[in-house]
Amino acid sequence: MTPDVIVIGGGLHGCAAAMNLSARQCRVLVLERSAVARHASGASAGGVRTLNRDLAEVPLSLIAARMWDDIESLVDDDCDYHAHGQLRVAETEVELASLEARRQQMLALGYSHEVVIDQAELRRRAPTIGPQCVGALMVETDGAADPYRTTHAFRRKAERLGAQFIEGACVTALSRQGTVWQVTTPAARYEAPTIVNCAGAWSDEIAAMIGDRAPLQTRCSMMMVSERVAPFLGPVVSAVNRKLSFKQTDDGTVVIGGGHQGRPDRAHESYQLDGRRLGESATAVAAIFPTMRRVRIVRAWAGLEAQTPDHLPIIGPSPSAPGFFHAFGFSGHGFQPAPAVGRALADLVIDGGTQMPIAPFALDRFATSGKAA
Amino acid sequence: MTESFDLAVVGAGPAGLAAAIRSSALGLKTVVVDEQPAPGGQIYRAVEATSRSPRAAALGPDYLRGRELVERFRASGAHYQPSTQVWQIEPSWSLFASTAASTHVVSARHLLLAVGATERPVPFSGWTLPGVMTVGAAQIMLKTSFMVPKPPFWIAGQGPLVLLYATQLLDAGIRPDGLLLTTPKGAIGRALGHVGGALSGWRYLRKGLAMMRRLKRSGVPILSDVEGIEAIGGERLERVSYRRAGVTQNVAASTLLVHEGVVPSTHMSLALGAAHDWDDATLCMKPRLDDWGKASLPGLSIAGDCGGIGGAEAAAVQGEIAAIGAAQALDKLDDAAAQRDALPLRKALAAHLAIRPFLDAIYRPRAAIRTPDDNVIVCRCEERTAKDVRDAVASGCIGPAQVKSFTRAGMGPCQGRQCALTLTELIASARGVSPAEAGYLRIRPPLKPVTIGELAALDEASAKEPA
Ligand SMILES: Cc1cc2nc3c(=O)[nH]c(=O)nc-3n(C[C@H](O)[C@H](O)[C@H](O)COP(=O)(O)OP(=O)(O)OC[C@H]3O[C@@H](n4cnc5c(N)ncnc54)[C@H](O)[C@@H]3O)c2cc1C
Repeated sequence: MTPDVIVIGGGLHGCAAAMNLSARQCRVLVLERSAVARHASGASAGGVRTLNRDLAEVPLSLIAARMWDDIESLVDDDCDYHAHGQLRVAETEVELASLEARRQQMLALGYSHEVVIDQAELRRRAPTIGPQCVGALMVETDGAADPYRTTHAFRRKAERLGAQFIEGACVTALSRQGTVWQVTTPAARYEAPTIVNCAGAWSDEIAAMIGDRAPLQTRCSMMMVSERVAPFLGPVVSAVNRKLSFKQTDDGTVVIGGGHQGRPDRAHESYQLDGRRLGESATAVAAIFPTMRRVRIVRAWAGLEAQTPDHLPIIGPSPSAPGFFHAFGFSGHGFQPAPAVGRALADLVIDGGTQMPIAPFALDRFATSGKAA
Repeated sequence: MTESFDLAVVGAGPAGLAAAIRSSALGLKTVVVDEQPAPGGQIYRAVEATSRSPRAAALGPDYLRGRELVERFRASGAHYQPSTQVWQIEPSWSLFASTAASTHVVSARHLLLAVGATERPVPFSGWTLPGVMTVGAAQIMLKTSFMVPKPPFWIAGQGPLVLLYATQLLDAGIRPDGLLLTTPKGAIGRALGHVGGALSGWRYLRKGLAMMRRLKRSGVPILSDVEGIEAIGGERLERVSYRRAGVTQNVAASTLLVHEGVVPSTHMSLALGAAHDWDDATLCMKPRLDDWGKASLPGLSIAGDCGGIGGAEAAAVQGEIAAIGAAQALDKLDDAAAQRDALPLRKALAAHLAIRPFLDAIYRPRAAIRTPDDNVIVCRCEERTAKDVRDAVASGCIGPAQVKSFTRAGMGPCQGRQCALTLTELIASARGVSPAEAGYLRIRPPLKPVTIGELAALDEASAKEPA
């Protein structure tokens, strides 16, 4: 059977694209070099956050948020998603004023999901928060999900709808023969009229195979998780002036991120953690949650991901090749929008266009990008 | 705060101490970092303090010999950082280390891991009940504080440590209620294939036989060819049941001490990404080493039991060889001198290791312990059973990494130390492939659990440092 679409990459975006395409009766083949959810999507903090998104991302993120509200009906799995809210904490009056300004800016644009809460309300929602924290910006309907489980939920739903996944299949070459793409992996060759590039940190390599140049850097965000502690926090907490993302899971462990960078080794699909930067991460934790000082970290890891110059993703058709679509460069915050991005990709592939608000994410917004010289 | 050395040694057991003595003599600025408060490692644990005690004789001459090694180490000029936990190692080489009071970085041009062995996890029904512990843990309590198990108590398993600990107890005037030896009947016969090695290792063999005679003479019940051990109880251990010649028996017990041999501590070397291989003879992972103890990563050497079980005397010799290799790698010693210095050590090492194939063959743990029944807990931290693992394999997981993501087995505070081997063997048997093919858990930093406060201390210290 020749598939209609080959998706390159079995991360959350590849799986969401496969699921949406399969739901619309496309025959989909996903080629994953390593294992599904092996990279950014398995490593992710799983924050489902509309809070403080770049204005360009807000419309897409809000559509995704409504899909998250009912994620179980989408993929037959609750993905361990809990809408306990997200807070962005201010430690000074100046920071709090900046949050108020953001609130006003959003209101002027017609968005009311972000609200400012005062110190008393903050303390009610996060009782162990540091005494210097004076308030927060909040989205009450945001939350967090289990990233590994979510990615596999999309994968399994895609499979039930007929998609086929091959793991351990690294795409090494692409060529167009008439109206068909030839896709080469070490073990086999595949053909399809349409390709979707969801290769995460390696997406520029795939893009280069068809003559698209994508200006990417590799992010290597580190995460830490603690031993179990008694429940003390519902919402996901970040801070205005610190690199921090902080949440407690149902089983009591505390999951800590915030974008502290390790050392990526893209060629070997690997990385090294940076002990000093983990120290910085811990400093941020100790400042916002002083009682965490005594809690033990039992595991740390990182995930490789592509970052664009403006930290916005690249979503849309290739500027240079027909039947080729990109979705990558999520720059550290691509978990939440994934359900909506998958739907947009299915529209693009099947209808040739989409109502989804992805216009700001075209590859040719970068002067140095688009068709390679 | 960063201090710089030529050679950093992690572990102050026989391998690490002997390495530090030798490398200091060769002119390398050496530091030994160890989590214990005093030098000696597992085998010579607390030997400086304990050897002065009137009860020390019970621990035997082999233990007391450690004091001489520790004294030479103290006099060697090597730096020593006790009570220090290494939780992160970055290449060429920075060791992030914490003490109760602070966190610092040790930098070194060459790194020697000498972190010893750990007891093989022994999963069986009831092994998580309070009252069940390992022989190794009990022996540490004996060495550090002369603490003895709460009676009635039974010792179950096999291996040199079981005999050694039981005789140490007898010498201290304590009688176990009985020994349940799990070595299968035919094992000695099969091991005779390695008798050549056993003969050249006759000194070890003689010691083992002497311990066995001592135990038999004492009248302590010694039951051989025991299998199917289970710990039974409500809140804590009450009874031990076992099977012998097809008959199940039951004895009262407050304490059950178990032991099925030791395996290399490969946590650090795996986390660093050094090449390892599954070793079928000893049923564990082993780092790939050359005959200087050098691992697959530049500037990394490994000596002692963490490179493959050889015992204390072999470990000390390996430590010296590794120190010579490090001196050569750092251009403190030319090749000819290194070879010359190593030659007598290599001969001694071969003699110490000769007994090993024989011991490995006799004390090979039974399949029931390596691939336990469905109801047995495999991952203690997350309370996952063998069935959970088999189910994960049935649903498509091919290796420990996926099983961990699916079941959380291996995610807890022990960081996989208690379940990694069992996961590999369970997955291998469920898939019908070799353990090598099933693979091993990916070891994630930190190398030891570290508190947020300790981590933050590192950052706060460097913030105070002048730029
Ligand atoms: C530590 C961390 C924390 C994060 N926290 C959050 C958060 O809280 N909220 C949020 O919204 N986002 C978060 N993100 C971002 C989010 O997780 C990612 O944006 C998202 O998972 C990206 O998914 P992906 O499918 O594009 O990439 P990936 O999951 O990396 O998938 C790409 C896949 O492509 C495969 N591949 C690459 N090259 C080839 C090839 N040649 N052939 C075949 N396959 C190939 C790779 O093996 C990989 O599996 C975080 C990311 C990280 C790393």
